[in-house]
Amino acid sequence: MEPSGTVNYLPILIVFVVASTLAAIIILIPQLLARSRPTTTKLMPYECGVEPVGTARERQSVKFYLVAMVFLLFDIEAVFLLPWAVVFPQVLKDPAYSSLKYVFYGEMMVFMAVLLVGLVYVLRKGILEWNR
Amino acid sequence: MTTDILLEWIIKIAVVIGILLTAVAYLVLIERRILGFIQLRVGPNRVGPFGLLQPAADGLKFMFKEDIIPLTANKFLYVLAPTLILVPALMTFIVIPYGDSITIFGRTIPLHVTRFDVGLLYLLALASIGVYGLALAGWSSNNKYSLIGGLRASAQMISYELALGLSIVGVLIQAGSLDLVKIVEAQGGWYGLKWHVFYFQPLGYLVFFIAALAETNRIPFDLPEAEAELVAGYHVEYSSMKFAMFFMAEYANMITSASLGTTLFWGGWMGPGVERWPALSLVYFIVKVAIFLFIFIWIRSTMPRFRYDQLMRFGWKVLLPLALLNIVITATLVLITS
Amino acid sequence: MEKALFIVFAVVAVAAALNILFQRNPLYSALSLVGTLMALSAIYITLRAQFIAAIQIIVYAGAIMVLFVFVIMLLNAPKEGPHIDKQKGLRYLAIPFAGLLLAEAFYVIRSVDLAEMPATDSSSRAVGTTWSVGTSLFTDYLLPFEVTSVLILMAVVGAMVLARREGD
Repeated sequence: MEPSGTVNYLPILIVFVVASTLAAIIILIPQLLARSRPTTTKLMPYECGVEPVGTARERQSVKFYLVAMVFLLFDIEAVFLLPWAVVFPQVLKDPAYSSLKYVFYGEMMVFMAVLLVGLVYVLRKGILEWNR
Repeated sequence: MTTDILLEWIIKIAVVIGILLTAVAYLVLIERRILGFIQLRVGPNRVGPFGLLQPAADGLKFMFKEDIIPLTANKFLYVLAPTLILVPALMTFIVIPYGDSITIFGRTIPLHVTRFDVGLLYLLALASIGVYGLALAGWSSNNKYSLIGGLRASAQMISYELALGLSIVGVLIQAGSLDLVKIVEAQGGWYGLKWHVFYFQPLGYLVFFIAALAETNRIPFDLPEAEAELVAGYHVEYSSMKFAMFFMAEYANMITSASLGTTLFWGGWMGPGVERWPALSLVYFIVKVAIFLFIFIWIRSTMPRFRYDQLMRFGWKVLLPLALLNIVITATLVLITS
Repeated sequence: MEKALFIVFAVVAVAAALNILFQRNPLYSALSLVGTLMALSAIYITLRAQFIAAIQIIVYAGAIMVLFVFVIMLLNAPKEGPHIDKQKGLRYLAIPFAGLLLAEAFYVIRSVDLAEMPATDSSSRAVGTTWSVGTSLFTDYLLPFEVTSVLILMAVVGAMVLARREGD
C-alpha cells in the first residue's frame, strides 16, 4: 500500500544522497585514472590561443542585474498565481463558496492587470534591449 | 514507516537513476545518428554493431583525459558547479508518473517513485536551483569569456523559467492539483480528447515547449554554450569528466522536459487499453517521451540559433505575454463552463 | 523519527548560518545562505507546510539569492581583509543589546502554549498547504494581496529608475 503524508518526502533525501555520491564518484575517477602533466600554457585562461589580456574580475554590464530583478518580481507574481490556480476549480465546485466565484476570478484579474502595467513599463523603457 | 516501503523506494530510485543514466548516454548516440541521417550522412557506426558501444567509448575517453584545473580558478566553486547542475537534473525523476499501478507477485506497485501533493512545485524548485551551477561555472573559471557566457546563460535561463512556470498555470486551473499523478488521472477518458493539449491548452503547450527548449539550452537557444560563440561560453575551461557532467545534465534536463510535457499536456501514460493491461501504460509513456525527444533533435538539425538579444527579446516580449494570455483565457473558460 | 530529521536539518541550518558570518569571500557567504534556506525548507516539510517549503526554494533560494549572486559577480566584490575599526565604542553597546534580544526570544519561546499548535494537523487543508494558503489569501487577506501587486509595481519602477543613469 502506498504511504501518504509527510513520509512521502523521504525519497527526496535518498535520491539527493544517491545523486551526490554519484557526482562525487564521477569527479574522483579522473583524478585516479588520468595522467596529470601540467604545463604553463595548459593552466592559463583560454582566449582563442592568444595571451590573456586583462583580468577576468572586471565589472560587467548592469543589464544582468536588471534582468534578475525583473525576474524576481515576476516570479513573485507566479508564486501568487500558483495557489490561486489550484484552488480556483475546487472553489468553483464547492457549494460552500458559491457566492465567491466571480470574486475569486476578478481578484486575480486585477492583480494580473496591475502587473501587466509593470511589464509594459519594463518593456517600453527598453531595459531588455541588449544591443544599446 | 516499514522497511519494505523503504526497500521499494531504494529499488525504484536505483532503477530510475540507472535507466536514466543509460538513457542519457544513448540519447547522445541517437542524436548523433539522427543528425547524421538528416544531414545525409551516417552517424557514428564503427564502435560495436551500429555504433552501440559508442557511449562506452566516450565514457572511457572522458575518464582517462587529463583533468586540468586552471591555476587562477577558484578551486572549490570550480568543482562544485558541475555537481550543482547535475544533482538537480537527476533529482527530478522521482515524482514523474511513468505508468499506472502494476501488480507483481500479489503486490501492487505504482509506477512512480514517490507521490506528494506539491510535485509540480518540486520540479520548479529544482529548475530554480539549476541556475547556480551555470553562474558559478562561469565565475569560478576566472576567464572573461567564461564569465560573460555564464552570466548570459543564467539570464537566459531565468527569463524562460518564468514563461515555463506560467505556462503550467493553465494546466493547474483545469486539473486543480499540483500532484502529477492526479494531473495524469484527470486526463483520462474520452479517447484521448481530454488530454490537456486538446482540452483548452494548445497555447499553453506551445509556450511550454519553446520555454523548455530555452531552459535546456537547446538550439535555437543554445548561444551561451555553442562552440563557435564566445569560445564555448561557461564551460570553456572544463575538461574530462566535469565537462561530461555538463552534457549529462543537459540531456537529463531534455528527458525531464519531454517527460514533464508528456505528463502535463499529453496524457502521461494514458492510452487505449490501459485499464485491462496496466503494463501498457509504461509503453505509452516511453513512446510519447521518445517522440518529443525526436522533435527536440529534429529542431536542432533544422534551425539556426538566435542571437542573444533576439533571444531575450523573444522571451520577455512574446513568450511571457503569451503565457499570461493563456492563463486569462483558461480561467475565463473554466469560469464559464462551471 | 521526526525528531531525528529535525535535529539533522537544524544542525545543518545553524552550521550554514554560522558559515555566512565566518567566510571572507562574499560568494561563499551567499551560497551558505542558500544552504540555510534549503535546511529550513526541509524543516517546513516536517511541519507539514509543504507549499511553504516549495515556495521558499522557488522564491528565496531560487530568485532572491540568484539576484545576490549576480550582484556579487557583477560588482566583483573583493574578499574582506582586516580593516581598522573606527568606532570602538559600539562594541560595548552591542553585547547588552544582544543579551536583551536573547532574553526576549527566550521569553517568547517559554510563553508559547504547546497545546494549541496546529502543526500535527495532517489533513489536506491544514495551515501551510496549498488549499489553506490559496483560500485565505483571497478571502481573509484580500487587501494585503492586492496591495502586494501595487508594491511589486513600485519595486519594478524603482529598480528601473535606480539602475539607469541619465542619458542612458
